[in-house]
Amino acid sequence: MRHIISILLENEAGALSRVAGLFSARAYNIESLTVAPTEDSSMSRMTLVTSGSAEIIEQITKQLNKLIDVVKLNDLNVSCEQHIEREMMLIKLKAPVSSRDEIMRLSNIFRGNIIDVSDDVYTVELTGTSEKLNAFIAAFDCDSILETVRSGVMGIARGSSSLHL
Amino acid sequence: MELSGAEIIAQFLHDEGVEYLFGYPGGAVLHIYDALLRADSVKHILVRHEQAATHAADGYSRSTGKTGVALVTSGPGMTNAVTGIATAYLDSIPLVVLTGQVPTGVIGSDAFQEVDSVGISRPCVKHNFLVKDVKDLAETLAKAFYVASTGRPGPVVVDIPKDITDPNIKIPYTYQSSIEMRSYNPVTKGHPFQIKKALELMLQAKNPVFYTGGGVVLGNASQSLRSLVRRLNFPITSTLMGLGAYPSSDEQFLGMLGMHGTYEANMAMHDTDVLIAVGARFDDRVTGHLEHFCPTAKIIHIDIDPSSISKTVKVDVPIVGDVDDVLTTMLEMLKETEQNSDTEALKDWWKQIKQWRKKNCLRYNKKTKSIKPQYVIEKLHEVTDDDAYITSDVGQHQMFAAQYYKFEEPRHWINSGGLGTMGFGLPAAMGVQLAHLDKTVACVTGEGSIQMNIQELATCMQYQLPIKIINLNNRYLGMVRQWQEFFYEGRYAMSYMESIPDFVKLAQSYGHVGMQVDQSADVEEALREAFAMKDKLVFIDFITTREENVYPMIAAGKGQHEMELAPDSELV
Ligand SMILES: Cc1cc2nc3c(=O)[nH]c(=O)nc-3n(C[C@H](O)[C@H](O)[C@H](O)COP(=O)(O)OP(=O)(O)OC[C@H]3O[C@@H](n4cnc5c(N)ncnc54)[C@H](O)[C@@H]3O)c2cc1C
Ligand SMILES: Cc1ncc(C[n+]2csc(CCOP(=O)(O)OP(=O)(O)O)c2C)c(N)n1
Ligand SMILES: [Mg+2]
Repeated sequence: MRHIISILLENEAGALSRVAGLFSARAYNIESLTVAPTEDSSMSRMTLVTSGSAEIIEQITKQLNKLIDVVKLNDLNVSCEQHIEREMMLIKLKAPVSSRDEIMRLSNIFRGNIIDVSDDVYTVELTGTSEKLNAFIAAFDCDSILETVRSGVMGIARGSSSLHL
Repeated sequence: MELSGAEIIAQFLHDEGVEYLFGYPGGAVLHIYDALLRADSVKHILVRHEQAATHAADGYSRSTGKTGVALVTSGPGMTNAVTGIATAYLDSIPLVVLTGQVPTGVIGSDAFQEVDSVGISRPCVKHNFLVKDVKDLAETLAKAFYVASTGRPGPVVVDIPKDITDPNIKIPYTYQSSIEMRSYNPVTKGHPFQIKKALELMLQAKNPVFYTGGGVVLGNASQSLRSLVRRLNFPITSTLMGLGAYPSSDEQFLGMLGMHGTYEANMAMHDTDVLIAVGARFDDRVTGHLEHFCPTAKIIHIDIDPSSISKTVKVDVPIVGDVDDVLTTMLEMLKETEQNSDTEALKDWWKQIKQWRKKNCLRYNKKTKSIKPQYVIEKLHEVTDDDAYITSDVGQHQMFAAQYYKFEEPRHWINSGGLGTMGFGLPAAMGVQLAHLDKTVACVTGEGSIQMNIQELATCMQYQLPIKIINLNNRYLGMVRQWQEFFYEGRYAMSYMESIPDFVKLAQSYGHVGMQVDQSADVEEALREAFAMKDKLVFIDFITTREENVYPMIAAGKGQHEMELAPDSELV
């Protein structure tokens, strides 16, 4: 099963490689990983998407907790009733005159923004769940997509439960 | 006090109470060496290879419970130390390894003798640090010792760039004896509810067995374990790493379990209804095929590391906590409970165990003219007292030592279990001997393993370490040969040792005493003679029977109950 694990990490050089190294050394898989400093600059917040059996996920959280640089973590699929996840994508599309209306229409439907326009290329910014981003991509044929860049999933618990020191 | 980085290191080691520093100099650590020389704070032991520095620090730690400390230079010094670091990591041994690094300004430029020490060591350390500012040095050292020695112990590397130790940059220094880290708070107290639940299960058990491991030794819980096991009258077996925590001579002790464990230990494991795992990590050498592992048991597991619990085998009652704390709580709870163990069922259980013991699974033919390796170990046990420290290398000789030397006390059996590092035995023995200058220390080894760190004979001479080296010389990489005999139809690819040196002369050339023995009848006499030379290192080269196999054996993929015992033909 797919799990989203939120991690508060010491903002130390090498902390990220400890997490990445753990996953490769123990052959766990990482679907996506995002990390950036928090409001407290001594810590980073990481969201890690992984999948595996219940036993493997249990080992993953135990092994992560064992890393000295991990301050705290939550498996959002276990520790809270509901969570929200979001991912952001920038997608660069061929935009010949004939398909501009279609791009604008789809962007509107998906609540995206066209953030850059040149002679025959549009760049769209889109935020949502990974499925939503996938669906947007699927709405275009491969030939018209020049480039995509995705942030990876960020997650947060609904309601009052929160991951902090 | 204003000190340079190098002086801080010397002063800190002194303040931390470090007795020995095992090391080898080089460019990146020259400032440190200079400061050490002038400070005269800790005794520095000059090894002959950095691998030996880490193993010696490791042996020191295993035999004392204190943190072992090593110092090596950057680049090749550090990479040479990696095997020792990994060895300590797999057996959870607290080490602090100080590695020199190129100056901060040139890190990342492929500078002379630069390697990414933090990157190389990351997967085989509990934690590592790169010191980037001399102001962080003292605190980083304090953290390193704290992390290495608490919770589940392990090695910590502190990488120190040369400019951090610059003698011209002095800063104020104070020793910090205690340290707090918001991201590291190891649990020590077991949950009382879980402990109670475990105890209830134990008292209902009909065929219980204790399965104890290195955690009992690491957690200094030998006394509480002994009290609890005796109080309950349950049988007990131990992993390779736990030997000595419970006395081998005790009636309740079934011997080692696992691949080369005793028949009675493995059968008791297979048939048990309540397994009490204490500081043991369900290693594959112990479980055999997981499907056949303790098929009818409810499992209680006490371990300080949550990730050891339910890693390979799902357990019913997990208890995260320090062994000694948990076992002591159990003893206290036992005093208060009205419930008693099922003595009738236990009587039957012991009857069954007696039947298994009758197989006498460790018997071998003692009447040969040529020397049986098992016989040497039995005699070694006879000749030495319970307070002797035995280190070992890796191979058949290691298994024979584990099976036939009856360990009575914890921290007296020192071997590399998890990584299985050939070359561990001699340098580890140096650390043990330095920690216990007036005690007997013997290193059981093979002609293959001893050659992996033979250069340390020079260190032994320099520091007058009277280690007794028991070389079980079968002219084979015996453990490999055994597998080739069993699983490759006897095709001995590269397991034959050619061009073996004359060990007697070799020992002598380093200034030690060398002896060779090739008759069974002379074994005891030779051992007595060697151990009588109290202040000399004696290398005894025992020419043993060549194609001896280690029995019992659970072949890979087999269940605990599918042990192979020595064929009768080998017994005549
Ligand atoms: C050639 C060869 C053959 C081998 N054959 C066998 C064999 O037949 N049988 C066998 O048993 N082994 C054998 N081994 C060794 C095997 O590979 C493992 O090293 C060993 O089984 C592990 O022992 P352990 O479970 O006691 O764990 P250890 O590695 O000693 O781990 C200790 C456990 O205790 C925990 N712990 C540490 N401190 C505390 C504390 N204070 N409180 C609570 N818990 C704590 C740790 O978290 C860890 O889980 C062999 C090795 C070699 C090289
Ligand atoms: C550094 C290292 N290399 C290889 C091995 C694989 N190995 C395990 S036992 C063994 C043979 C050891 O031979 P020897 O020291 O003569 O002991 P014996 O088995 O003959 O008693 C080998 C090669 C190992 N454990 N460690
Ligand atoms: Mg050999």
